[in-house]
Amino acid sequence: MNTAGRDKGMQPLLEVGNLVKTYSRRRLAGSGEGVRALDGVSFSIFRGTTLAIVGESGSGKSTLASCLACLEKPTSGAIRFEDKDIVTLSEEDLRAIRRQMQLIFQDPASSFNPRWGVGEILIEPLALQGNLGRDEMRTRAHALLEQVGLSSSMEAKLASELSGGQRQRLAIARALMLEPKVLILDEALSALDCSVQAQIANLLVDLQSSCGMTYLFITHDLAMAAHLADEIAVMSKGRIVEHGAPNKILNQPQSVITRELLAAVPRLGFAGTRVAES
Amino acid sequence: MGSILEIRDLRVAYRSRNGDLSRALDGVSFFLGPGEVLGVLGESGSGKSTLALSLLGLLPRDSVVASGAVLFQGRDLLKAEPRELQAIRGKNISLIFQEPSVALHPTMRVGRQVRQILDAHGMGDRDELVRRTREVFETLFAGEAERIARSYPHQLSGGQRQRVLIAQAIACRPSVVIADEPTASLDPTTQKEILDVFRGLRKNLGLTMIFITHNPALLSGFADRVLVFYAGRVAELGPAKRVLTSPKHPYTQALFRSIPPLDEPHDAGERSLPTIPPDPNRSFPPRSGCPFEPRCPERMEICKSRDPGFVSLSESHMVSCFRYENQ
Amino acid sequence: MPYLLRRFGHAIFLLIGVSVLAFVFTVLAPGNYFDEMRLNPQIAPESIVALKTQYEVDRPLPVRYLHWVGSVLRGDMGFSFAYNSPVAPLLFIRARNTLLLTITAMLLAWGIALPLGIWSAEHQGGVPDRLVSSGTAALMVIPDLALSLGLLVVAVKSGWFPMGGMVSLQFESLSFLGKIRDLFLHMALPIAALVISVLPLLVRHVRAAIAEVLDAPFLLAAQGHGIPRRTLLYGYALPAAANPLISLFGFSVGTLLSGSLLVEVVMSWPGLGPFLLEAILARDLYVVIGGVLLSTLFLVGGNFLADLLLYWADPRIRTEAGT
Repeated sequence: MNTAGRDKGMQPLLEVGNLVKTYSRRRLAGSGEGVRALDGVSFSIFRGTTLAIVGESGSGKSTLASCLACLEKPTSGAIRFEDKDIVTLSEEDLRAIRRQMQLIFQDPASSFNPRWGVGEILIEPLALQGNLGRDEMRTRAHALLEQVGLSSSMEAKLASELSGGQRQRLAIARALMLEPKVLILDEALSALDCSVQAQIANLLVDLQSSCGMTYLFITHDLAMAAHLADEIAVMSKGRIVEHGAPNKILNQPQSVITRELLAAVPRLGFAGTRVAES
Repeated sequence: MGSILEIRDLRVAYRSRNGDLSRALDGVSFFLGPGEVLGVLGESGSGKSTLALSLLGLLPRDSVVASGAVLFQGRDLLKAEPRELQAIRGKNISLIFQEPSVALHPTMRVGRQVRQILDAHGMGDRDELVRRTREVFETLFAGEAERIARSYPHQLSGGQRQRVLIAQAIACRPSVVIADEPTASLDPTTQKEILDVFRGLRKNLGLTMIFITHNPALLSGFADRVLVFYAGRVAELGPAKRVLTSPKHPYTQALFRSIPPLDEPHDAGERSLPTIPPDPNRSFPPRSGCPFEPRCPERMEICKSRDPGFVSLSESHMVSCFRYENQ
Repeated sequence: MPYLLRRFGHAIFLLIGVSVLAFVFTVLAPGNYFDEMRLNPQIAPESIVALKTQYEVDRPLPVRYLHWVGSVLRGDMGFSFAYNSPVAPLLFIRARNTLLLTITAMLLAWGIALPLGIWSAEHQGGVPDRLVSSGTAALMVIPDLALSLGLLVVAVKSGWFPMGGMVSLQFESLSFLGKIRDLFLHMALPIAALVISVLPLLVRHVRAAIAEVLDAPFLLAAQGHGIPRRTLLYGYALPAAANPLISLFGFSVGTLLSGSLLVEVVMSWPGLGPFLLEAILARDLYVVIGGVLLSTLFLVGGNFLADLLLYWADPRIRTEAGT
């Protein structure tokens, strides 16, 4: 699938095989039978690359994100991380894996305790692990703040005082505290203004080139996906209906779903022309 | 040309807890022509929502309307009595709020939430109200009208909730509809559906609209004119085609540049999107001068000290920027 | 529907549990009516033995309990040793007297608390709100006993109100209107005491619930649609804030029988409270158990009523419950 790494003959960092996730009737309000949120999803991601999962709401994208981040257990199928099957792991081993795959959500506001300061929010994941001393954690927090484009003097600020873009940077910094190998970004840019999206997108690209970060970028924004990803997988009703390089998906879409998605994307400029400078 | 709505030099500020005033609208003037769709383009903090709320007198308690006028049918809405305002809201001018998931009453059936509005404006007796409600729902929900009207908000999808908000706004056939980010939380297909709904309403009801959004692409092929908002001021205003394809204000240009293009080839090398540098003085807006100056790639000395006025570039395209002053 | 059945089952389970506990504790408590009777030289020991057998005092507990449950379900709540008459009619008359007070007081209290709380919340931070806040705080500080006694003093000093009791001595000889007036005069002070003791807390709860909802986006949106102020407050804000208030209402109903004990005792109102108190002191077993059961019935019933109302009022609970 993802050819970027395959050329180098490497093993994929993350490999998903035939993932199925069914929600039983009891969990959902007013629905009929159990719902197959994921209906046999397979893909692989190589280290240092970005796979974008594009689809409408209800296509199963978020369920995929929770299963991969080990927040939910799939009904069947395999998830292999560094060639180890993680679906069958014990809770303790799973914790170690969770460190390496961090999830970043769409709504930055709700993932922080609004009363906590930036510094505390950053330190929390490490404090929970209990390995480092307080000073070490603070140093690391400062370094990460700088790395994501926030200044370390913001340590004392409350999460509620930050703008949307700043909160997402904080979310990324917090995720990086545990030195993960994979970042799963579930609509992480969707709630941000366009210019801020560009800033965060650039940050993600920088992190990828400097730290070899691997991304699973889940979105319904086809344009941003095409910009960031090495490979795009289009999802619908729990299945991947098409996958390939961005150029191919955009210019030679095979699936009806992809074509509908492309048609629905609002485009700036008229008749497909790029914005002309004055 | 008669304008339906005219905003003159509107200045609104918010009072923070320690008494400081922060300017949300800093001298906004524009007019709205009958039957047109005016797209208001602004990012968070630009004052676009404040604009929407101030038109109908819905600003929170800690706000101050420093000056300006909102002229509608010969009256200044800012000076209207509460009773007058209540009669206009929802009947002559309607506002579609952001976030359909919280803009609907959680324990009232949505049909009733529309009927209440008709009732509040005396649109007839009980049978008439029911009939009109059904009509509105059928316009927006076709075959499912009955079922949707009996539902509660939490039983509906995001797109359906958005349509209910639209139903509430058009129930009394207002002359002006202000839509604040009506598609923000929706996925592309639903977004397109909602835009089509607006197009249909515009055609069939002759609606005049103010469409507020932070996504310029949505205005393409939909808005007649586009107004670009920055820091509570109008940066640029002109025909949609002009503003969207050849923007003149440095902010508008920078904004459009930061959007990843869909139609150009993507190669692995070119990964950086041009961005607007951050504003070092975010909490302390400058007293005078252009608000975009600290981040402007084309700033000049004069931009710091004087407020740029408006420069007319053509019959209807104007820009607030010193770069165009001596043309 | 399954949700309601579950809540109902829960309520029944509670009732049974309490009845068992009440029965066990009362029977196990030291002292019993017959010991007191033995002290009375006028009663022959044989009669005591006969009575004891009649009341099954010597049978094992579970048997006595089951027999008792059986008769209760048939409407027979046992026999009062002290009054020498069946328990049920005694209890019901007393309960009726209590309910006369408490239902009126509850309706009055809620009838004042709702508009007052809403008005206060609407003017948050303003003069009306601060008035109500300090007023309720002051009232809450007054102990119930002091309140009841204070009102009695008012009765004595002014002579407008009778000094206690439920009806005057010449009640039967009064005209119909006269009877109503007499009853009303006797009820006035106890009801005043009950309302004043319960009102401040109610007002505060109503205010808090409404204030929370007033900031909600959907209210601003409704205002933006031109919904008039009155409808906004009572048709939009109140229903949205109803959940905690409904639970509180259920609790109010639950304490209809038990909340007025102090007032009844001080003002000599012939209600359930004083009656039960006497029965406990006299070890009148079946009266006590009957009274406790009746009170519990109301408590559990009140809770169940709250569940019912919540189910009806909040569609979100209905959908969640349907799964």
